[in-house]
Amino acid sequence: MSNMVNIFLFGKKYEVPENLTIMSAMEYAGYQLVRGCGCRNGFCGACATIYRIKGDRELKACLACQTKVEDNMYIATLPFFPLVKQVYDMEKIKPTEAVMMQLYPEIYACIGCNACTKACTQELNVMQYIAYAQRGDFEKCAEESFDCVMCGVCSSRCPAGISHPQVAMLARRINGKYLAPGCGHLEDRVQEIKDGTFNDLIEALMQKPVEEIKELYNNREIEK
Amino acid sequence: MYSEEFKASLAAVEAARDNNIALEPARMTAQQKEDLLAAYHPDYKKDEFAELKIGPNKGEKVPTELAQTLQAHSRISSDSVDLENPDYDVDVLIIGGGGAGTSAAIEAHEAGANVMIVTKLRVGDANTMMAEGGIQAADKPNDSPAIHFVDAFGGGHFAAKRELLSKLVCDAPEAIQWLSNLGVEFDKEEDGTMVTTHGGGTSRKRMHAAKDYSGAEIMRTLRDEVMNRQIPIVDFTSAIELILDENGNAAGAVLMNMETKDLLVAKAKTVIIATGGAGRMHYQGFPTSNHYGATADGLVLGYRAGAKLLYAETLQYHPTGAAYPEQIFGALVTEKVRSLGAKLVNSKGEVFMHPLETRDVAAASIIRECSTRENGVDTGNGQGVWLDTPMIEKIGGEGTIEKRIPAMMRMFAKYGIDIRKEPILVYPTLHYQNGGLDITPDGMTTNVKNLFVAGEAVGGIHGRNRLMGNSLLDIIVFGRGAGISAAAAAKEANVGKLTLKHVDAFEAEIKAAGIETEEVSPKLLPNYTKQKNI
Repeated sequence: MSNMVNIFLFGKKYEVPENLTIMSAMEYAGYQLVRGCGCRNGFCGACATIYRIKGDRELKACLACQTKVEDNMYIATLPFFPLVKQVYDMEKIKPTEAVMMQLYPEIYACIGCNACTKACTQELNVMQYIAYAQRGDFEKCAEESFDCVMCGVCSSRCPAGISHPQVAMLARRINGKYLAPGCGHLEDRVQEIKDGTFNDLIEALMQKPVEEIKELYNNREIEK
Repeated sequence: MYSEEFKASLAAVEAARDNNIALEPARMTAQQKEDLLAAYHPDYKKDEFAELKIGPNKGEKVPTELAQTLQAHSRISSDSVDLENPDYDVDVLIIGGGGAGTSAAIEAHEAGANVMIVTKLRVGDANTMMAEGGIQAADKPNDSPAIHFVDAFGGGHFAAKRELLSKLVCDAPEAIQWLSNLGVEFDKEEDGTMVTTHGGGTSRKRMHAAKDYSGAEIMRTLRDEVMNRQIPIVDFTSAIELILDENGNAAGAVLMNMETKDLLVAKAKTVIIATGGAGRMHYQGFPTSNHYGATADGLVLGYRAGAKLLYAETLQYHPTGAAYPEQIFGALVTEKVRSLGAKLVNSKGEVFMHPLETRDVAAASIIRECSTRENGVDTGNGQGVWLDTPMIEKIGGEGTIEKRIPAMMRMFAKYGIDIRKEPILVYPTLHYQNGGLDITPDGMTTNVKNLFVAGEAVGGIHGRNRLMGNSLLDIIVFGRGAGISAAAAAKEANVGKLTLKHVDAFEAEIKAAGIETEEVSPKLLPNYTKQKNI
């Protein structure tokens, strides 16, 4: 039997095994989760959680599925946060600094408190990527924000009302679509397929007896 | 940091590392693979399967847990729902907000249809979000769709429906281009050449990736595009039954608000099932790499409405689920770790297989190592073998792990394990539903008109085993295809009077077959309350 610790879910005390994550501790306590639970593996950002250890002044943020419980942990989940998501047409947008000014002007009201970075559940340098966005450096903003799971904790701590994950989303899409180098071999291949270059090969495979395809498969050359 | 119990084995792994890096382990012959699978793969354990007593696949065997949920009671009967005053009336109703559902929504919207997504959690809460390794497409000069076809057909034991597979491989490059144009950030060289690697069972390096957040990067971009198009999303609402019209064609769904349990009726000219997989069914007691909502809902909805299943008896156990620490037990360790050079090593420090065999073969091989061969490492929570991640840094240079698989590095770092310096412990985890509803290349089910399926809920694209990177591909190719086809079919559709008679008829079949069960389905969510180990 593992050691037990006391945790406080929304202020109410529960005794749970110390080796559980916050998410599984909630379930152990009897919660059937609907909100605040998604991939359970740290990718989806559904389980943003804020906690404080009794006696500690610092408020911490984490993903409930990726964080072990601690004794005297006061836990409040943040299953939804009202981020501002602006609507835009990717085909018409221009990859210039003005885009950010038009869609997310509040980023220029950043007071540099760095609360976003301190709160990030992915340990990203959030304030830095917002600074890149302010300058219209989408490539750097995209790179710095890449591991963002859009949990929204940063925005919940922001005195300027910035929706950081949505700003980064826009920067990544602009970078992926307009700024990253084009891919010649991809364009060529798409054209070849449109031209029917592989039709005969595919048609032959559609008709070939299974035994013959087995031969092909078992003797195929594998690129080193 | 590993505790003392692991030290001896860990030392053996470290001592053998340089030799193991240099080693090129032989690939298994076709016969060796067949024997291995028959002896060790979970799909071959006969007593874990049950025969379906009713429905379109009556007489066929599926996993016991799936049989129970397919033959369970509905939450409703025809007289408990008023179909006359629908809450929603749309052209295309999409059930599921993952990669397939959102791809379908974008294309159906592009085609001018009035489309709506209904999803039981949030849009993007899906296995797509968790796909780490990459997406296949034969777009390099030394590759072709035909080579891709042979790789996938062989990897799937020559059982794929060829017309589906040929669509998959031929539409693949365009799928990558479509995603690129939406702004997905694929890993590229400075000149724009795609950075591609091998996956298990591939004969060409055609795995495209966005670090090891490939699925997340695709999913968040698709979700953003759906929002930009202002396509209605009804979230925290599950479909609990399909609605047919008097002609037997799909014509909507009965929905249930997950929080208030209120029932709603959505009428539609065409319906797309894009509900994903079934890892949370925990077949044979396996842990899973899947997201919280993966409970085979679409299979249940389709089966009750008369749609046929194909290969529902074949599941994919991803060879490398995390075996340690217990907090991430069953979580996916992407195949890309092996693509980048890490090998599988047993407790004695021996490389026991080629690291890039297909997933079913690799899983069976690990199970053999941990059972009859007794070369597993005791994790305190079961057995595992080592996946020697430090090899990646030695082969690719320092910094490779941080650059190429940052999510893996982060996942283990949270528990004090630095995968750049220490290997990790892995064991197979329930990962993918190879089978599903039977469709034609346009995405429509073979026997229910105007009912389309896309993504993991489809059966037959991959045959009896799927290659890494072909699932992210299929959700895009068949998601887009279903969206286009469903929008076109909606233009032609004349929806007759709505009915739930098929639900009553299925209930009558349950009784007639003498099936005694208290279970209701679709399951919607697993129940983990009061449990210590999941």
